[in-house]
Amino acid sequence: MSFLELQNITKIYPNGTKAVNETSLNIENGEFVVFVGPSGCGKSTLLRMIAGLEDITNGKISLDGNIINKIDPSERDVAMVFQNYALYPHMSVFNNMAYGLKNRGISKEEINIKVNDVAKLLEIDQLLTRKPSMLSGGQRQRVAMGRAIVRNPKIFLFDEPLSNLDAKLRNQMRLEIKRLQRQMGVTSIFVTHDQTEAMTLGDRIVVINNGVVEQVGTPKEIYSKPNTKFVAEFIGSPQMNLFNCKIENGIAYIADMKINLNNSTNIDDASLGIRPDDILISDNGQHSCVANLVEYLGSDMIIYSKIGDQEFSCKLSSKINLNAGDTFKFDISSTLVHLFDNSNGSRV
Amino acid sequence: MTKFISSTINHFILSIGLLIMIVPIWIIFASSTHSSLFINTNGLQFFLGDNFIDNYSRVLFKQSGFFNEITALKMFFNSFVMATGIATLSVITSLMAAYGLVYFKVKYATFIFWLIFITLLVPLELRIMPSYIVMSKLNLVNTFAGLILPISASAIATFFFRQFYKSIPDELLEAAKLDGTNSLRFFIDFLIPLSRTMIAAVFIFMFVFGYNQYLWPLIMTTSEQYWTVVMGLKTMYGSISDRFAFVIMSMIPPVIIIIFLQKLFIQGIFQNK
Repeated sequence: MSFLELQNITKIYPNGTKAVNETSLNIENGEFVVFVGPSGCGKSTLLRMIAGLEDITNGKISLDGNIINKIDPSERDVAMVFQNYALYPHMSVFNNMAYGLKNRGISKEEINIKVNDVAKLLEIDQLLTRKPSMLSGGQRQRVAMGRAIVRNPKIFLFDEPLSNLDAKLRNQMRLEIKRLQRQMGVTSIFVTHDQTEAMTLGDRIVVINNGVVEQVGTPKEIYSKPNTKFVAEFIGSPQMNLFNCKIENGIAYIADMKINLNNSTNIDDASLGIRPDDILISDNGQHSCVANLVEYLGSDMIIYSKIGDQEFSCKLSSKINLNAGDTFKFDISSTLVHLFDNSNGSRV
Repeated sequence: MTKFISSTINHFILSIGLLIMIVPIWIIFASSTHSSLFINTNGLQFFLGDNFIDNYSRVLFKQSGFFNEITALKMFFNSFVMATGIATLSVITSLMAAYGLVYFKVKYATFIFWLIFITLLVPLELRIMPSYIVMSKLNLVNTFAGLILPISASAIATFFFRQFYKSIPDELLEAAKLDGTNSLRFFIDFLIPLSRTMIAAVFIFMFVFGYNQYLWPLIMTTSEQYWTVVMGLKTMYGSISDRFAFVIMSMIPPVIIIIFLQKLFIQGIFQNK
């Protein structure tokens, strides 16, 4: 039996909206799982159901062998870090962290020791007497984490905790969260809409769309073998190119371009996906296109072009000399393409 | 330069406003320090006289009322008890009512709230007969409880607290829940400290409201023992300077309350932080 089990979880809001539909998931002890999906896909709702902040319409959640559907959030022994931190504005940093421990009847001396230890770990021990309004965004974030850590819960739940930070701080905190999680080995669930965060943080990623789990897997699995068209588009930056095409006897026809897939597939309405960095540019490539727009990113550049009326992009080293308006030659290798059936969006 | 001009104009306008409010009070105060005879012959005075201690100590301790059963000092005590009681109780009841309306999943909470709000249309003066009958059946005529209870639920205060609670983000409650708090602890550990400034503002409003009550204590009390300052103002027979002294003293308790709570009061009105 897994540490945290979700069985056929469904959430229907009173107004009839189905936020989560028949979701099942097993999470092992010590694992770092990331829920990722576009906003409104139900990932936060799922997290809040695990926390007990949202009723479960249907299904079962068990934690450490106990079914927790009806257990009050305060007794589930989970800790959550909120998007806007939700620090207690009238309490000092120390009291923010100590509050949960006080409610559990832990002695003053022990609270003192625990809070100070965690504060040191997060490097906020200088701030213990301050009020949240006197802290910067990054410091608030640390206090919010400290409040969760100090209780030593069974599970950490992170609800988009990095989205209010600026880019630099976000990367820094991301690393820190990963490091702390490794160090403490506490099962963690992290919700985000940012696929970079998902890829870098998660041991496993759960891609959610419209209340349904599209794919569960390690970052590598999800990136290299997306199960559905949605996952293919959602994970990876820049986005995977998807060409609408017709496949006859293993040959894909995109406008006037032919790509040999080396198999014998026949699909009338298919999508052929290729990541922008998997397009191989070379002077003796089979296909040629005109670069409509070139985006220079420092070490890389992104070229926007068109095959027929379908736009695509390729990413290549900026050492290559190519300007907008130039023609370039490229190859598409059959081993690097992803094929999806447009009728159901699933991988072929 | 323009800054200087605009600041001068601002101060000029403020000074006029200040004078309009302060001068009449000053005249009453200055006149209250002269003997009645002097005022009767020379009219209202702008400068201080030398009967200050005489007048004020006489007024404070003189037996007055129809049966000479009460002193001004006792009236101040009565008014203070009544006003504090009304202010304290209305803060408590409206805090809790708003808590119930906002944080508990009450069906028709909005409807119930508007029902409470509608009571503003039925002030005490309108329900004075039924209120009196209820109080007299409870044997509360001529008691402080009778003076305080019927006026100690405030729709306006409930409204203020409700709006304030609604502005508190839900995550705060959720975080507190995960930290193991229960409804009562959330109320005590979070809502009360967070609405501290609001409580001060409501307390002052309700204190002044209670202090200014005239009709209700007039009806509720048959014994002069329970007379309040405002009733005393009406029935204070005596010389003109005694009355002025009494008027000046009657302003002191609300002023003291405001001085003590001023900082919180202003924060409570202008910002909900």
